[in-house]
Amino acid sequence: MSENLIEIKNVSKSFGGVKANVDISMSVKRGAITGIIGPNGCGKSTLFNSIVGYHPIDNGSITFEGNEISHLMVDEIARLGMLRTFQQTRIYGEMNCVDNMQISVSHRPDSKDSMFASRKGEIRERAEHLLEFVGLYSKRNLISGDLSFGQQKLLEFAMALMNEPKVLLLDEPTAGINPTLINGLIDRLRRANEELGITLCVIEHNMRVIMNLASHIYCLSNGKMLANGEPEKLQNDPRVIDAYLGGH
Amino acid sequence: MMNEKLLYTGLGLLGVMGPVIFPEYTLQIAMLWMMVLMASTWDITGGQMGYNSLGNITFFGVGMYVSASIQVSMFYDLAQYTASYGAIKPVFTETQYFGGLILGILAAGFSCVILSLIIGLAVFGLRGPYFAIGTLGVAVAAREIVTTMETVGGGAGISMPFLPLPIEQRSLFFYCLCFALAVAAHFTIRWMFSTQFGLAANAIRDDEDKAEAMGIPTLRYKQVGWAVAAFYMGCIGAVFGNISGYIEPQNIAFPLPTFGIFMVAMALLGGKGTLWGPVIGAILFHIVKETTWTYLLDWQYIVLGIVLIVNIVFFQQGIVGWLKTKYPEKFGILVDRSGNVSRGDA
Repeated sequence: MSENLIEIKNVSKSFGGVKANVDISMSVKRGAITGIIGPNGCGKSTLFNSIVGYHPIDNGSITFEGNEISHLMVDEIARLGMLRTFQQTRIYGEMNCVDNMQISVSHRPDSKDSMFASRKGEIRERAEHLLEFVGLYSKRNLISGDLSFGQQKLLEFAMALMNEPKVLLLDEPTAGINPTLINGLIDRLRRANEELGITLCVIEHNMRVIMNLASHIYCLSNGKMLANGEPEKLQNDPRVIDAYLGGH
Repeated sequence: MMNEKLLYTGLGLLGVMGPVIFPEYTLQIAMLWMMVLMASTWDITGGQMGYNSLGNITFFGVGMYVSASIQVSMFYDLAQYTASYGAIKPVFTETQYFGGLILGILAAGFSCVILSLIIGLAVFGLRGPYFAIGTLGVAVAAREIVTTMETVGGGAGISMPFLPLPIEQRSLFFYCLCFALAVAAHFTIRWMFSTQFGLAANAIRDDEDKAEAMGIPTLRYKQVGWAVAAFYMGCIGAVFGNISGYIEPQNIAFPLPTFGIFMVAMALLGGKGTLWGPVIGAILFHIVKETTWTYLLDWQYIVLGIVLIVNIVFFQQGIVGWLKTKYPEKFGILVDRSGNVSRGDA
């Protein structure tokens, strides 16, 4: 098994005249937490979308566990065990929390779930256990669309865990969440990584969060890879400070 | 849940005792079960998945023609038979008739399953209004294609084999077929939506992009849902063709402006996306339709139109949907009545 779960080599993507990603190369280490930072509009979410197959890339290569995935469709990639959450939280708003969780089970070929599987038993227990993990157990029977934004974010995270992915791509997990809840979320992200062994790749604007969480950080600017390295190294990189962190 | 026992008892009584107590209305009640079947199967994709098909009537017509072709061509040359415009007066023995009918109904169901899987590959790439128009196009195309097919009689249609039973048993025989099919469809749907399939269908309705991002093979779910609808629509189409005694494409096999629209209207009236909505909607709609037909003949379509407009403008969630928001506890839905938007206790 290679050490890098995701390998991105020279990926470019443009929309008309806008070059959203230019010649991006990066890798996500198995078992680690990798961060991506950069100013708004620098191409972070585009890169995420390229990885999970939302649009075809112009050139370059993306491999997952050594296999090329840049030509696969969104749901095919998800069934390989790579999942993403959305910047604008997306849940199934008219279903209750437990139902949201239960339908988030893995649809990989090796999973036990089938189209007409029963909704009771083990699957329900796991759903409730994970809702407890993110602190939503008391809300489990409420319609998920009625939850607050922060709670919906937690639910989306729990749904991702329900799927038992190998790697989870999180697009700004702490955006719009109040400071006390952020600490809880960081703690849970770390526990998902350490206890459940899920590799994480996180886009984040909150510097305190990402510098604490990630072991390796990539910084994008204007669609290009500006710098990468350990958090401490990056914090002192004059280019990063200039482009993003601010030189004050 | 709602008082389901009461509903099942009431409908069961109507189903079994209806033709006994009101023998002159036997075929009317048979049509009621057909409409229940149509609305319920439409709801699989239309209500539960958010894919509003206007083309499910395609399977009704295709099933009818597949069954008719098989019933006739087992014993006669189909092209000659239809070309004679009824001059061949077929006499079917009981074995021939019932054998052909059973084979015809089954073949109708399964050929519609195959057809729905193939058409589904194309139309399920469309969403929202485009899917509705796309499926409507499929139905119109099917109607026109059958109209030009000389082998099955083209626009002149096919005279169906006549049931070799005394006339008074005829209604009852077809009544039993309609009732059995409606009951089978109802319990198939009930079972499907009690499994993970139901959750996946609702997930597709709520946010299909999210469902794909979570790895749900959405196309497969949509195809399976539509195939179940197609199966029952094909079977009931085959039965209806035999009730009618004569089939032709424009008004009987592919009745787009009537049954094609009614099935959607009935599901909307009762409340789409629910198990009982289409059933209740179909019963009410059928009663209104038949009452106006009897007492307000010239006004029938005006009354139906008013019902439809009031339903769509003021009452979109339908009867069961409205009950659900009014008395959520009865449906096992919990609502946070405290009103304060909590910020999460994590």
